[in-house]
Amino acid sequence: MLSGGLIVSVSFAYLLLLFAVAYFGDRRADQGRSIIANPWTYALSLAVYCTAWTYFGSVGRAASGGVWFLPIYLGPTLGFALSWLVILKMIRIAKTYRITSIADFIASRYGKSHLLGGLVSIIAVVGTVPYIALQLKAISSGYALLIGEHDAAYRSIHAGSWLQDSTLYIALLLAVFTVLFGTRHLDATERHEGMVAAIAFESVVKLVAFLAVGLFVTYGLFDGFGDIFARAYADADLAGLFTLDGAGGSYGGWFALTLLAMLSVIFLPRQFQVTVVENVNEQHLRRATWLFPAYLLAINVFVLPIALGGLLLFGQGAVDPDTFVLTLPLVHGQKWLALLAFVGGLSASTGMVIVETIALSTMVCNDLVMPLLLRLSRFKQAASPDLTGLLLAIRRGAILLVLLLGYVYFRLAGEAYALVAIGLISFAAVAQFAPAMLGGMYWRGGTREGALAGLAGGFLLWTYTLLLPSFAKSGWLDPAFLEHGLFGLAWLKPEQLFGLQGLDNISHALFWSMAANIGCYVLVSVLRSPTGQEASQATLFVDVFRRGQTAMPASFWRGSAEVSDLLPLVARFLGTRRAMDAFNDYARTRGVAHVQELKADAGLVHFAETLLAGAIGSASARVMVSSVVQEEPLGLDEVMNILDEASQVRAYSHQLEEKSRALQAATDELRRANEQLKELDRLKDDFMSSVTHELRTPLTSIRAFSEMLHDDPRIDLAERTRFLGIIVSETARLTRLVNQVLDMAKIESGHAEWHNTDIDMRQLVEHAVGTTAQLFRDRGAAVELSLPDAVPLLRADHDRMVQVMLNLLSNAAKFVPAGEGRVKVALTHGGGELRVDVADNGPGIPPESAAVIFEKFRQGGDQRSRPQGTGLGLPISKQIVEHFGGRLWVTSSPGEGATFSFVLPLAEGAAESAAAAHNEIE
Amino acid sequence: MTKKILIVDDEQNIVISLEFLMKREGYEVSIAGDGEEAVARIRREEPDLVLLDVMMPRKSGFEVCQEIKSDPALKAVRILMLTAKGRDTEVAKGLAMGADAYMTKPFSTKELVEKVRAMLSER
Repeated sequence: MLSGGLIVSVSFAYLLLLFAVAYFGDRRADQGRSIIANPWTYALSLAVYCTAWTYFGSVGRAASGGVWFLPIYLGPTLGFALSWLVILKMIRIAKTYRITSIADFIASRYGKSHLLGGLVSIIAVVGTVPYIALQLKAISSGYALLIGEHDAAYRSIHAGSWLQDSTLYIALLLAVFTVLFGTRHLDATERHEGMVAAIAFESVVKLVAFLAVGLFVTYGLFDGFGDIFARAYADADLAGLFTLDGAGGSYGGWFALTLLAMLSVIFLPRQFQVTVVENVNEQHLRRATWLFPAYLLAINVFVLPIALGGLLLFGQGAVDPDTFVLTLPLVHGQKWLALLAFVGGLSASTGMVIVETIALSTMVCNDLVMPLLLRLSRFKQAASPDLTGLLLAIRRGAILLVLLLGYVYFRLAGEAYALVAIGLISFAAVAQFAPAMLGGMYWRGGTREGALAGLAGGFLLWTYTLLLPSFAKSGWLDPAFLEHGLFGLAWLKPEQLFGLQGLDNISHALFWSMAANIGCYVLVSVLRSPTGQEASQATLFVDVFRRGQTAMPASFWRGSAEVSDLLPLVARFLGTRRAMDAFNDYARTRGVAHVQELKADAGLVHFAETLLAGAIGSASARVMVSSVVQEEPLGLDEVMNILDEASQVRAYSHQLEEKSRALQAATDELRRANEQLKELDRLKDDFMSSVTHELRTPLTSIRAFSEMLHDDPRIDLAERTRFLGIIVSETARLTRLVNQVLDMAKIESGHAEWHNTDIDMRQLVEHAVGTTAQLFRDRGAAVELSLPDAVPLLRADHDRMVQVMLNLLSNAAKFVPAGEGRVKVALTHGGGELRVDVADNGPGIPPESAAVIFEKFRQGGDQRSRPQGTGLGLPISKQIVEHFGGRLWVTSSPGEGATFSFVLPLAEGAAESAAAAHNEIE
Repeated sequence: MTKKILIVDDEQNIVISLEFLMKREGYEVSIAGDGEEAVARIRREEPDLVLLDVMMPRKSGFEVCQEIKSDPALKAVRILMLTAKGRDTEVAKGLAMGADAYMTKPFSTKELVEKVRAMLSER
């Protein structure tokens, strides 16, 4: 046993350490070097989900229900994995509109309704009080255990005067602590960096402490997991804990619990506070989606071993399983481990109490007290220029009140229930927020009345089926209505409402309350269409991602205002310095030097209202702002018009984007076309330049000799004849060139005329060789002709084919060595093609020239010995052959002559005509 | 002393006309049919003037001109470029390569003869 003094001093020391962490966090935040602006701290702060309920209660539940403790942790894991987009949307909405609590969120969504905000606050407070009571119970029973009081003695203390009850002092102490933590100053965003730092620290402490106890039990008292589970299996009483049905539940119950925990991790006031309000950076959520479930897994690993270990060692019923975490080390003499476990439990409790009460105090202040104060016209025009002190006082009072309520519940009902049962009552209460919250984020049709009806209906049924029975079971109410139903009507029995049986009380309550909640919300909402105010808020919430952070929702406002009214108004609630700072910042972003020069437009009014909303809630901010500005309310039609305009603008900008893309594509196409044209232009320029050169060369000779003959009469006859001969041949060259250039141009431009007939290539080749016979005789060259007996007829232009043959033959004649030239001409056919080869024994063509000789004006051969040509013969021949679908090419190795070949495809059915041609010839 | 002139062109008939013109003026004439031969002959014969065609196989007139002009030993050799490509850029390129004068084909025989005479009497 430990001495009370030691425990109290250790607890105090721990709380002081916590406070130091928080103080450090706040200091760093003020210096702009936040220690919580990282995803690890964020994820750890989310672990405030794990309260004393987890710490002590999970073991208790595992001891009685086996694996049934799991849904409470599967729910959040699933919740974070499946719905992190929902959470992200909540964060974005809250940040954009400075929403600081769930009550504010719902009130703001349904037209900034005071009534709705108030109702949500009441539900939150009533629903959470049992949960806070649970924390108090955990701390006080843990303390009692450590100092060694027996259960009986422990109970007797509580039976005594309230003022003698140490739990009351614990509650008061926690209240003081929370006031110091959470309400040191008023922030427009309601963020508490120091508190978050402390919470993250506590999450580490409780995890370490629980793991330490787990390790001690598993490896100190037993030989590891295997040993514990094996022994538990061997025990007939314990084996049932490993199965779902063995522990007296059903799949329906399992599902209900998982769903409940899933909703709770999002909608519990403290979870909303740390997840949404205290979020520094949306990106942190990504890390938290796996880190937080990982934390849950880690803290649950030893739950079953501790529970089973306790049951094996103490036997069933001897010791309250909720206390195994403390009693197991204590009984085995591990005092310090027990103390560490107590500190872990303390940190789990204090963390929850601090965050929960801060979240609740914000709600109570902004959504319950402020609206009431605002109703007093005296208050609106109150002389007091600065209300920040009042606001803080209200919040501090709210914290104290909530903790005292928790204590009262603890006194009234706490003894009758195990920890887990109390926690589930709270879970079922906050689940009531789900329809209004989720509907508000994804459905535009929800109305204020719908949300009110849904929340009220759900809350009433929760009270009737869960809260009142908990009172009744603790003896505070007559339990008769539990047994026989209200007024003795059996169908009104709270735990078998309308005769619904076969569900545990939590599933039963969840079923009826959610049915009533969703039913009322949807039905009442569709009764009438949303008002202008509701419709505009609905759009801001549902389309928050589409609007972006900077989008001004101020377009929904019309009226006139004065800076000199707005600034003092904000200053009353935020303090003069903060208000001035904020307005100065705003002026800077607007590019204005002084606050006085600000235009009091819709944007400024919206800015002031958002600023106020952070401090006193959106509904109250709406009332305060409208008290100092002249405004014209917008009807639904007008809001719809604005929305229409907005969507039209969106559609229009979408069209513009499309157009700009189309233009871009057109531009690219034009650029490509332009480049092609440029290339063509360059080719044309080259061609023109070449043609010019080719024309000027013969002209040069003609002019020179003509001038010489003209100017000099003394030139003798022989020379004259020679010069005139040159002039004649150069003129002929010029003529040929002009004709070929025109010919080429015609073919290339597609203007050439083709007179296709059926051609017998045998005849054509023979004719061409005959025509050039004189040319070869002049060069002393022999022509060898090899023709098959018959070839199929070819459909082509006769004159053009002759032109090709003459070109190839005259080229051969030009290049064969004088006197000993040999030219072989061969015609073959096969494979649907006709082939002509013209082989010479000239100098051949070097490989580098083989490719270019088919280009215009690129003549082959040695220039000096090169016979006169235009450089267009081969290109034209190639064009002609290709026009008929054939190919023209050259094979050659230098020194061994060159072979020019072309093939032409035969038309379909040419085979028969080949036979015909054959017969004809014979 | 008779001035030596080297005619460089790959067109036989143009060579004949130039040879006739230059000989009639009393110059000593030698002939090269392509760029490489031209460079060899210029180095060997150190003519006073070169009538240089631009479009030639193996080595263009521009290359010949550049090679000669970058050799200090041959700085006395004058170069008159003849080209059938009459574009301004061609003229500018020839002059940039160090040609002393430039004429486009077809040229006036009178102008050519006067130009040659003028260039040879400059010294």
